[in-house]
Amino acid sequence: MQAAVLLEFRHIEKRFGGLTALADVSLTINHREIYGLIGPNGAGKTTLFNVLTGLYVPDRGQFEFDGASLVGLKPYRVAESGIARTFQNIRMFGNMTVIENVMVGRHVRTHAGAIGAILRTRRARDEEVAIRHRSRELLNYVGISQHASALSRNLSYGDQRRLEIARALATEPKLLALDEPAAGMNATETTELRRLLEKIRDDGVTILLIEHDVKLVMGLCDRVAVLDYGRKIAEGEPARVQKDPEVIRAYLGGALP
Amino acid sequence: MQNWIERLEHLRAHRAAPWLGIALVVVTLMILPFALASVGTAWVRITNLAILFALLSLGLNIVVGFAGLLDLGYIAFYAVGAYCYALLASPHFGLHLPFWVILPISAAVACVFGVLLGAPTLKLRGDYLAIVTLGFGEIVRIFLNNLSQPINITNGPQGVTLIDPFRIGKVDFSRTDSLLGLAFSGPIKYYYLLLAVLVLAIIVNLRLQNSRVGRAWVAIREDEVAAQAMGINTRNVKLLAFAMGAGFGGVAGGIFSATQGFISPESFVFVESIMVLSMVVLGGMGNIWGVVLGAILLSFVPEILRYTVEPAQKAVFGRLLIEPEVIRMLLFGLALVLMMLYRPAGLWPSKRRKREFAETDPG
Repeated sequence: MQAAVLLEFRHIEKRFGGLTALADVSLTINHREIYGLIGPNGAGKTTLFNVLTGLYVPDRGQFEFDGASLVGLKPYRVAESGIARTFQNIRMFGNMTVIENVMVGRHVRTHAGAIGAILRTRRARDEEVAIRHRSRELLNYVGISQHASALSRNLSYGDQRRLEIARALATEPKLLALDEPAAGMNATETTELRRLLEKIRDDGVTILLIEHDVKLVMGLCDRVAVLDYGRKIAEGEPARVQKDPEVIRAYLGGALP
Repeated sequence: MQNWIERLEHLRAHRAAPWLGIALVVVTLMILPFALASVGTAWVRITNLAILFALLSLGLNIVVGFAGLLDLGYIAFYAVGAYCYALLASPHFGLHLPFWVILPISAAVACVFGVLLGAPTLKLRGDYLAIVTLGFGEIVRIFLNNLSQPINITNGPQGVTLIDPFRIGKVDFSRTDSLLGLAFSGPIKYYYLLLAVLVLAIIVNLRLQNSRVGRAWVAIREDEVAAQAMGINTRNVKLLAFAMGAGFGGVAGGIFSATQGFISPESFVFVESIMVLSMVVLGGMGNIWGVVLGAILLSFVPEILRYTVEPAQKAVFGRLLIEPEVIRMLLFGLALVLMMLYRPAGLWPSKRRKREFAETDPG
């Protein structure tokens, strides 16, 4: 039996000079949950992602993932421990083919080194076959296998988002952190994305989601947290949070004092 | 005529065609030194130098072409390998180790220097990295120039002389032996050895290219942040690129030492780094075959010019107007400009680079 809590942020604070991007943010995310992170632009959502994935070191606070502290770990260590992410402004390896992109994602779970590659040892060859096979499976999984040998930067916007998800899944994450995966998608694509995310959750991966599409967040997430000016102003089931006066004020602006 | 083309097409489609092609190339490469030697031994030496430069270009291609780390001091590793061999196989220290012991040492020491250069520059990219690597190349050369005191290690600007040639059993690479009625001179023996090393180097490069490590290099070049987020230890992978690239330089340097019999810091000046980089860029960065082509072209064309420019001027103008050396650089510059205009991705670009240059962003 796994522990219910997968990820716990405790009193995270991150400042950039005089700007406090995150102030005393505490969150817990449970196993097999789709957890939404919403808030107006500049609320600190992406900063929290960057803290989580090791790009930033928090000025104060701790976070624990799967029972171990990850604070101060390098990004590749974070990936190794089971957190994979996508980026708000898509970051693919544009001049690699679609399948190569996913194959890069397998890097962290495979071992062949330079010597193995040069001598083309049995193990290195078998591993290479397995990498290719698994990558193809993942392309099928997200539904872009027909573009496998296309150059990734020639994909449509929606497909690039899917590719980023496939690449992230290739690292065998326990937690998949998605930074605005529906941005720029039309209604059909968003519906497909929603189905994909539900499928991923059902296959046992916990999802942390930053999203602006309120309909998507409300329909998909088990719980959401709302950030505003670096503070958590609400947390809970989507329907409840939606009615929270503090949240409404943050989004729509309150009455003048 | 039509008939011939049809026949050729027919031949191309044949199952054995690729093997026939390979056989043809092998036979040509085997006969080549004798053909060249009949023109003049100098041409065999020039060919050997071209192969050495191809080795260097393949090494630099790992750093610049695959991992995208611009290195302007690459010749330093060549120097390190050359001095390793020179010091371990010459009367300078009285050491005379066999070459098959020294070459791995040369490669290993060059790898260490590669890591030494890589470690402090991990966070640098593009222009900044280029400047630091340029400095590194100069530092190595200046050290070689000055390490003659207080303890005489490199013998300073005079260089190291009387370096041992390669020996395999009783076969000495500096002497001429005859076998089956053919005269195998020193340069011809080195040619075959270099050819073998080059084939090995190409195989190593090809295998690295399509491997987990090769993909990690390209991923770092494409987007370092994303590569890290995918679990690539960018530090180690970059250092590996520097070390592997340097290793090739070390081996090439060792062989260079033996073929020349004499080395001095003058052989490892900045311009040589630029030359190797030009070979990589001109041939087609990232494409192994392109890089080899670039090295061979840039080694041969100047030599051919050296032998043709002077007679040509004398024939046309009756006297020498411009020194061959000057014309060489002039044509070299012209070639680079034309390349930039018409083939920016190189003569024989990798598929990936070709796309990079040819396609505009659809988004």
